[in-house]
Amino acid sequence: MSDVKKFCYLNRKAPYGTVYAWESLEVVLIGAAFDQDCSLVFADDGVYQLMKGSDTTGLGIKNFSPTYSALGDYDIKKIYVEKESLEERGLTLDDLQHLVWEDEDEDYAEKDSIMVVTKDELAQVLEEQDVVLSF
Amino acid sequence: MSMLHTVNKSAYERGTLESCVSKAAKGSSVLLIEDGVYSAVKGGAKAGVIEKAMGDVSFYVLGPDVKARGLDEGKLIDGIKVVDYSGFVELTVNNDKVASWL
Repeated sequence: MSDVKKFCYLNRKAPYGTVYAWESLEVVLIGAAFDQDCSLVFADDGVYQLMKGSDTTGLGIKNFSPTYSALGDYDIKKIYVEKESLEERGLTLDDLQHLVWEDEDEDYAEKDSIMVVTKDELAQVLEEQDVVLSF
Repeated sequence: MSMLHTVNKSAYERGTLESCVSKAAKGSSVLLIEDGVYSAVKGGAKAGVIEKAMGDVSFYVLGPDVKARGLDEGKLIDGIKVVDYSGFVELTVNNDKVASWL
C-alpha cells in the first residue's frame, strides 16, 4: 500500500457553469490526502478555473475559487496551465490567481505552483503519469 | 418583430454563439449568460464573432455571471452592454420573443 502513483487531474471545463470544476477539486483533495504524487493540468476552458477576482454574490452560490489557493497546503506543487489555451482566450498569467507552495527544505520559502507550458510540453507531462483523471 | 437570443455556453467549447449569431436577424439582441460571457473577452480568438456582428445585432452580458467568473468589465469587447437581472427582465419584455441557445 506504500506505492506512490503519479496522478494527474486534467481540467478542461469552465467553473460555475457546470459542476465539473468543483467535483475535480474534491477528488484532488482526496488524492492529496492519500499522499499520492498529484499534479493538475488546466487546458481549454479549464484555464478559466484559476481566474482571480471571482465574486459569486450576485449568483447566490458558493465561491470555490479561493479553494485553489489551499492546494499548496496539500503539497500540490505542480499546476500546469496550457499556454495556447490562455492565448486563445485573450488571457495571460496575470489574469490567474497567484498559487504557491511552501518549501520546508528552504525555510518554508513560497514557490510558484503554476507552470505555463506549451501543448507539446503537456504531452510529455501526460506521458509520465500512471493515472489521468479527466474532468 | 424583435427577438432576444440568449447564449449560455463558451464559444471556445462549442459552436453555439457562432450558430446563434449567424441566424440572428438584423435588429435583434443577443444576451450572453453563464459560460456564454467568456465569449465577450476582448482579444480572444472568438472575439471577432461578436465584433463582426455588432453593426446589426446588439450584444449584452449578464453582470453577475461576469463577476462570478473573475472577468473585469474592462476586459470586455467595447460596445457590449452589461446588464443586471432586472436588465435581463427588461430585455425579455422589450422583445417579442426569446430564443435560448443551449
